[in-house]
Amino acid sequence: MKKIFTSSIGKKLVMGFTGVFLISFLIVHCYINALVFLPNGIEKYLAAGHFMGTNFIVRTMEVGLMAGIILHIVQGLMLTVQNRSKRPVAYNVAPGNKSSKWYSRSMGLLGTLILLFLVLHLTHFWMPNRYEQHFGTGHEINLYEKMELVFQNPWIVLVYVLGCISLAWHLIHGFWSAFQTLGLYTPKYAALIKGIGMAFSIIVPLIFIAMPVAFHFGWLPPSSSYVPAH
Amino acid sequence: MEHYNMNLTLKVWRQQNAQVQGSFETYQVKEISSEMSFLEMFDVLNEQLIHEGKEPITFDHDCREGICGACSMHINGQAHGPWAETTTCQLHMRAFKDGDTIVVEPWRAGAFPVIKDLMVDRSSFDRIIQAGGYISVNTGNAQDANNLPIAKDKADESFAAATCIGCGACVASCKNSSAMLFLSAKVSHLALLPQGEAERATRVVNMVDQMDKEGFGSCTNTGACEAECPKGISIMNIRRLNSEYIKAGFTGTLAK
Amino acid sequence: MSLNSKIPAGELPQKWSSYKNSCKIVNPANKRSLEVIIIGTGLAGASAAASLGELGYKVKAFCFQDSPRRAHSIAAQGGINAAKNYQNDGDSVYRLFYDTIKGGDYRARESNVHRLAEVSANIIDQCVAQGVPFAREYGGMLSNRSFGGTQVQRTFYAAGQTGQQLLIGAYQALERQVALGNVTMYNRHEMLDIVTIDGKARGIIARDLITGKLERHFGHAVLLCSGGYGNVFYLSTNAMGSNVTATWKAHRKGAYFANPCYTQIHPTCIPVSGDHQSKLTLMSESLRNDGRIWVPKKQNDTRKASEIPEEERDYYLERRYPAFGNLVPRDVASRAAKERCDAGYGVGTSKQAVYLDFAAAVIRYGTIECSKVGNHSPSAKEVRTLGLAVVKEKYGNLFDMYAKITGEDPYEVPMRIYPAVHYTMGGLWVDYELMTSVEGLYCLGEANFSDHGANRLGASALMQGLADGYFVIPYTLGNYLADDIRTKAIPTDHPEFVKAEKEVADRINTLMNIKGTQSVESLHKRLGKIMWDKCGMARTKQGLTEAIAEIQALKKEFWSDVKIPGTVEGMNTELDKANRVADFIELGELMCKDALNRAESCGGHFREESQTEDGEALRHDDEFMYVAAWEFMNESDWSLHKEVLNYEVVHPSQRSYK
Repeated sequence: MKKIFTSSIGKKLVMGFTGVFLISFLIVHCYINALVFLPNGIEKYLAAGHFMGTNFIVRTMEVGLMAGIILHIVQGLMLTVQNRSKRPVAYNVAPGNKSSKWYSRSMGLLGTLILLFLVLHLTHFWMPNRYEQHFGTGHEINLYEKMELVFQNPWIVLVYVLGCISLAWHLIHGFWSAFQTLGLYTPKYAALIKGIGMAFSIIVPLIFIAMPVAFHFGWLPPSSSYVPAH
Repeated sequence: MEHYNMNLTLKVWRQQNAQVQGSFETYQVKEISSEMSFLEMFDVLNEQLIHEGKEPITFDHDCREGICGACSMHINGQAHGPWAETTTCQLHMRAFKDGDTIVVEPWRAGAFPVIKDLMVDRSSFDRIIQAGGYISVNTGNAQDANNLPIAKDKADESFAAATCIGCGACVASCKNSSAMLFLSAKVSHLALLPQGEAERATRVVNMVDQMDKEGFGSCTNTGACEAECPKGISIMNIRRLNSEYIKAGFTGTLAK
Repeated sequence: MSLNSKIPAGELPQKWSSYKNSCKIVNPANKRSLEVIIIGTGLAGASAAASLGELGYKVKAFCFQDSPRRAHSIAAQGGINAAKNYQNDGDSVYRLFYDTIKGGDYRARESNVHRLAEVSANIIDQCVAQGVPFAREYGGMLSNRSFGGTQVQRTFYAAGQTGQQLLIGAYQALERQVALGNVTMYNRHEMLDIVTIDGKARGIIARDLITGKLERHFGHAVLLCSGGYGNVFYLSTNAMGSNVTATWKAHRKGAYFANPCYTQIHPTCIPVSGDHQSKLTLMSESLRNDGRIWVPKKQNDTRKASEIPEEERDYYLERRYPAFGNLVPRDVASRAAKERCDAGYGVGTSKQAVYLDFAAAVIRYGTIECSKVGNHSPSAKEVRTLGLAVVKEKYGNLFDMYAKITGEDPYEVPMRIYPAVHYTMGGLWVDYELMTSVEGLYCLGEANFSDHGANRLGASALMQGLADGYFVIPYTLGNYLADDIRTKAIPTDHPEFVKAEKEVADRINTLMNIKGTQSVESLHKRLGKIMWDKCGMARTKQGLTEAIAEIQALKKEFWSDVKIPGTVEGMNTELDKANRVADFIELGELMCKDALNRAESCGGHFREESQTEDGEALRHDDEFMYVAAWEFMNESDWSLHKEVLNYEVVHPSQRSYK
């Protein structure tokens, strides 16, 4: 069983499995984000955030998520380097876009951009939150308030937008590619997978982008408008 | 189609042997007919070089009708040149116009070392086949050919995969120098037939093993192989290969 | 030495089974110490290497290509015949045997051909078991089609790539034996001489084409499976590397060359487009089922095909051969095209082409399709649209290939075609066991002469190659090696190996030191022109006599003025070519000599002096019912041995297609 994750196909299986796992995480993340745009959005958002931050099962899965992200990143970077080494002498005239899409060849680059964005993103929200929970007050911070604050800075908003655009291109290839690697991209479901993948890759990053942009331009109700019931 | 003549500048990779470094040489060819094949243009250039007392350019070619898989030139950034589903030998000079500069390189991959000039060593493909790209049936073992009906669509699909000519364009055009299209074509060809059933799991595992040993990269699904394959082999075969590999993995063949 | 064809006694249908029952067998332990050398890895070579490896012999296989899978068998399009009678249309071993003998114009050996027909069915079984994806019907059964020269459907096929699929099957079987350690594969190696010790073939001298080094290899027996010699004409449908060197070296070491003049000129090839042409491409014979062949009625007509009205077109095959029309055999169709072009009716810029027109077929199919959908008064456009779809389905890949090469759209304008050299029926003389006149030296497939007489039927070459390799040689080789089990491997420092290697090295050095002015290619082209003009589709006593003198002069020129750049060490493709062309020149002379000797017309050999009043081929069975086996005596000196053909079962008759 060892080889199934260490051979050339095995390494790709790791990428595919973790990729699908991360895609499923994106659905949850995106769903919770989208709550802010609903009526009583702040309340709904904070309630969901509280659940995610305190529920035992979710917190356990978070460990898995972190492991998945790290595995995806490390394996991805190693694969990129290894694959590059398979052609010791480069072409003088590279094939370019004549035979493949630029983003499908740039998954390593797009992934790295997403990684940089991710570091920033985690520093903004996840880390302070967990810090408070474990080493500070013992409670979560008000992420809605925090966002309001962070997204005042136009540069940060811009980085978030670019990060989400990278994510979109990464997903346009990554979504169907994961299914292909896992052997599930069969002729019968090919069109469906491509279609859902494309829709997913556009809609999800758009919702992510909508949040910082909306905060920045003040389209969302201010955190002060929400008074907790108790 | 009207026929015309053209003068061309050729930038060709020259390398004496595997041990030394190579470099590009620039050549001029004149009065090339649009009716010539690309390799006939190279014949003209080689005759010219011989007359000038220089060594002609070495390149692989044999059938010159697109089926043997010997020819292997990377022309202006594309394996087998600009025409889709065409081998280098089938490419004709109509694809170019007067005054063009054409850059010709050998297949580039660590697993395909250059032998001389544009000729590379593709014996790694033979070794991948040796690892399991066959059905183990000795001469004389066979039952009557019609004893085992095979549904037409399966037979056709198997045939479509089996049309691979083993030229290596897939490896040459893949940014990872991956041999997955080649390997998947063989795995599909045999996995789709009832005759291939007995060795189905061991075959895919052993062939992938060998592919990795040969130093090919892994598949990142860019689809460049399919786009440049002169026989139009579909990457759906790679999907099948992955699935065969996973099945083999979880049914214990990899456990050893 | 007299020719002993070793045909087993008994009734024709029992010969092979009685041979198999009585031939000697080598036990498995002894097989492991017996070494067999195989030259060439096409259908014959790869299948022999695989089968002998499976039996346990130590096999060394050699090919000049970078992989055994590139051998030119791969280019065969149409199919492979087998007497399976799956179609219940009356086929049988006897009918396949009979058709092959008749197709060969009664110049093949009955016993060999009958054996070929007998094992044909096993070939299909073996290939299917290997995973060859033959075309199938919806019920899952194998599909068949018909081919020229037969009245039954016995041709198995895999689209237009049957040769490829069969070769890959044999190649995979071969690579399996390589993996098991039974076969050692030597790619990019060219055999440059046979080593004989005490009159027996005991090894070869081969050149590693990458390093340029000469190597000595011992074998208890040597099998030549090196294919045909059509490239003597320079332009042919053969691959660029196809050559006669292996068989020619064997010939010079004592193997007789049989019927060298029998050449098959295929009628439907894409015509030559200019002096630069390096090879010719075949368009499958199946096109003649639906295409009509014509030329303008007016000489030197420069109008486009579409501008020539129906009444000014000459459908010359339909005119001359009303019974068979466009489906006359290959040799007849080829000669008729040449006759029209020589008379000034050719088309295209070169005027060396005739039209193959699908317009009538498009209308015929279109009308049928229209009535299928209930449209009984369709417009011309509707008919054409549906008709084109049918033609596309049947011949799409061939039309695409034509378009790539010529740049013309064959759906819009008629194809231009012209005959081209395709296959050589002649080859090394072999006995019933496929052994040449040198003991321990065998010859299989197209390289030998045995099964096709003076003309080969379509879809029979693949059958013969695989029959020889899978089902004949495993028996006949054992019969020979059974007496050789006490022979230890001979060390390659034996004086005969040393001598043979020195001869090869000397010849290479001589070639390299000529340092003349003419390229190998240019000399090869000139040889090809002599051969095509004077030993091609139509031959005369005068032309052949001239050709012999011209070839002798060319030979002198070659050996005094050829220019080979580079060095002996390392890869040198010009030197490889020079080695081959030098042999082609000698072979060319022998072909003309054989053609001159055979003062009759038969199959692919047409002597203008021997024709009927209507210009058809005229055989002279009383004088020429024999195999002409030539023994090499000295440069330009051969001695003729005749193997008389006894027809015990079939009664030869004159062919007529009117």
